[in-house]
Amino acid sequence: MKKEWKEEKNGCYTVRTCGWSPPGDHPVGCGMKLHIKDGRLVKVEGDPEHPISQGRLCVRCLSLPEYVHHPQRITYPMKRVGARGEDKWQRISWDEAWDIIVEKINGFKKNYGAESIIVFGGTGREACLYYYPLGFASLGTPNVCYPLSGWSCYGPRCAITDYILGAGYPEIDFAGHYPDRYDNPNYKLPKYIMLWGKMPLWSNPDGFYGHSLIDMMKRGTKIISVDPRINWLSTRAEHRLQLRPGSDTALALGLLNVIINEDLYDHEFVDKWCYGFAELKERVQEYPPEKVEEITWVKKERIVEVARILATDKPNAIQWGLAIDENPNGVQLGHAILSIIAITGNLDVPGGITLGPPSTLLGKWRIETRSELSEDLWAKRIGAAEWPALSTALATTHPDETLDTLETGKPYKLRMGWFNSSNFITATNSAQPDRWYRALKSLEFNVVQDCFMTPTAMAFADIFLPLPTFAEHDGVVLTHFGRNAIFVGAMNKALEVGECKSDIEVCIELGKRLNPEAWPWDNVEDFFSDQLKPELGFDFNGLRERGVYQPGYTYHKHEKGLLRADGEPGFNTVTGKVELSSTLFELWGDDPLPYYKEPPYSPISTPELAKEYPLILTTGARNVTSFHSEHRQIPSLRAITPDPIMEIHPDTAASLGIIEGDWVYMENMFGKAKEKAHLTPAIHPKVVHASHGWWYPEKPAEEPSLYGVWESNINTLIPHKHIGKLGFGAPFKSILCKVYKVE
Amino acid sequence: MSCNGLLIDYEYCTGCHSCEVACRNEKKIPRDKWGIKLTEVGPWQVSGDKWEWNYIPVPTELCDLCKDRVENGEKPSCVHHCLGQAMECGPVEELAKKMVEKGKKVVLFIP
Repeated sequence: MKKEWKEEKNGCYTVRTCGWSPPGDHPVGCGMKLHIKDGRLVKVEGDPEHPISQGRLCVRCLSLPEYVHHPQRITYPMKRVGARGEDKWQRISWDEAWDIIVEKINGFKKNYGAESIIVFGGTGREACLYYYPLGFASLGTPNVCYPLSGWSCYGPRCAITDYILGAGYPEIDFAGHYPDRYDNPNYKLPKYIMLWGKMPLWSNPDGFYGHSLIDMMKRGTKIISVDPRINWLSTRAEHRLQLRPGSDTALALGLLNVIINEDLYDHEFVDKWCYGFAELKERVQEYPPEKVEEITWVKKERIVEVARILATDKPNAIQWGLAIDENPNGVQLGHAILSIIAITGNLDVPGGITLGPPSTLLGKWRIETRSELSEDLWAKRIGAAEWPALSTALATTHPDETLDTLETGKPYKLRMGWFNSSNFITATNSAQPDRWYRALKSLEFNVVQDCFMTPTAMAFADIFLPLPTFAEHDGVVLTHFGRNAIFVGAMNKALEVGECKSDIEVCIELGKRLNPEAWPWDNVEDFFSDQLKPELGFDFNGLRERGVYQPGYTYHKHEKGLLRADGEPGFNTVTGKVELSSTLFELWGDDPLPYYKEPPYSPISTPELAKEYPLILTTGARNVTSFHSEHRQIPSLRAITPDPIMEIHPDTAASLGIIEGDWVYMENMFGKAKEKAHLTPAIHPKVVHASHGWWYPEKPAEEPSLYGVWESNINTLIPHKHIGKLGFGAPFKSILCKVYKVE
Repeated sequence: MSCNGLLIDYEYCTGCHSCEVACRNEKKIPRDKWGIKLTEVGPWQVSGDKWEWNYIPVPTELCDLCKDRVENGEKPSCVHHCLGQAMECGPVEELAKKMVEKGKKVVLFIP
């Protein structure tokens, strides 16, 4: 890429940047040029020099000027001057905001201990790198909470990988590590990519550029889709495994059954690098294809055919999705999927699955800041002792235990909340958000950081701190949050709007007031340089001039002693091997081998309830026009997706008197939500799908409306603490409901 | 005498709407009008396990194939931003050849 990242022309200028958030996305780092005229962002154009996105840009970035200059954006700090839930605010200076906040924090710490303060963080935004240090190193609390029941997003997959492979995030090899991409001589194109509970074109998960799939399909890669819905991409797939929601683990065990019993596995890899193969072989005998067909609705012939492809048509790669996390049986599912990848010899090979170290760069720093806390204080982290499988891999509280603590005041009362980039009373990262909403009222003082007033901020903020968009601050884009840093991208500030401060600026400014030793940097540029230089050899300005830095990749790391801290060959696990049978799962009281368990509510596990609630509800498929609860107020995007859409089969709809465009309720024993019906044969007649993240910025702000947050809140139908034995996974993708027309 | 056309490979048009928004930004078109508009056919089952589900963006009267951009050596805004890289602008004779080479699911517009 060109060295110049800022160019002036006729009094206007353009700034090259890599996007992250806000407005949100995962750390995908798409390349673009921001055109600035008279202090305003007037146009966003994709950067053809960017090796991954190559000039392409989705509608969320193309409409960025509407977001940046939106009349409802909040661009100055504010304090609440009415009661909570009233839309009464007063603009204040940052100094006043810091004075109020610091006095409150010091008071809570003195009277109740630092553990009475809790940080809530959201999904995917850049804030994920900073809200841990904000809690540990600035505020000094051990309680950082990602409130989604069962931590059902990304964390479970990272934890499973940590325990089974001893590595960072496993990502399909899309040649992202190389500047010359698919032409790199070390690279091989995957012959097949199996998309399991994932549709990356819209989700762009965690650093994977979704449309890379299209690049690879054009070059010859074939797709196998595992999804309860037929989606556009799966209409281009060679195989579609349209399974019953929540039955995934049985399918994975069925595939293993065929691969092992037909003797198709990679003997050399299994003999040398796997632990527990004999036990796994015995276990999968319980899952013959006939039985798996009964459980999953996937034809046994199809299971056999796909198993043979995975074992023999190599290299191939399985991309596992959110459906692995949003499942109380998900640890076993993830374990089984990693086992398929390993025993078929597709691990850490060109065109297979790439592995990163457990953490690098800022991803490492964010977790290491917990050393700022004393052991005594760290031991007070909510739910850590009760859920070791979660608390060993993740530095947060246990989400479900956190709601229990808020409701009961046990083991101690939480008094202050800091909500960073999280609008979780909307149907985003919480189950039963209505219950969270009631419980959160017990907090005495709250700070919210966001770009717009959200239902969560309107309900709870006492101080609102405005966040800049990624066009308005410097930053570093780190794919997979440093767990598989395929590339590192420079995010460059192009303009200023109001008095917004980025996550890292807030961490530093607050940190200097409360815990200055942990925050020696005078500006963010020095901070980033200190983060980059030891590992990459260049500073933040060096990254700006490179635009994107791709470090390259070494395959077969387990053979070369590159995965373990001691430099020995093998994997960084207890046994030094890929643990097909997990020593740690057993230690923590679970079965060491993968097993299938019915969803907590299903026609099979709760047949009586299924009489009243006969349909299986799956939620949360992504679309291109929003990132979770964001973007609902952006005119160009709302015009494309004006309403929350639920999908229902035409036959099912006809039997319920529902026609295209009808508003319908989905209701079960936990809650109900209203969405607009879209009739499609792409969904099974016994399954419905609902969109998540909906609120209505155009509706009244004040209580009880809170921008209509309770109208289409699909997460009210998902129960609290129906999680797996190790504390992970919740049934967001598989619950019962009934559907009826709104009269 | 040749003229430029717009080729759409609808095997790979993913329905992302980038062409619509990029065009509107470029040409300053209001939200109730389109320079190019996405259309959708499907999804429905053709037979057995085969599905029909296609998106095809259709350029309108307001499309001049980004004459100014093309004269500057750039691609039309829709082509530039297309996530599936499923669009191409160029002389129709050349594009027609590419259509034949591709052999399926491709359409050529002269707006």
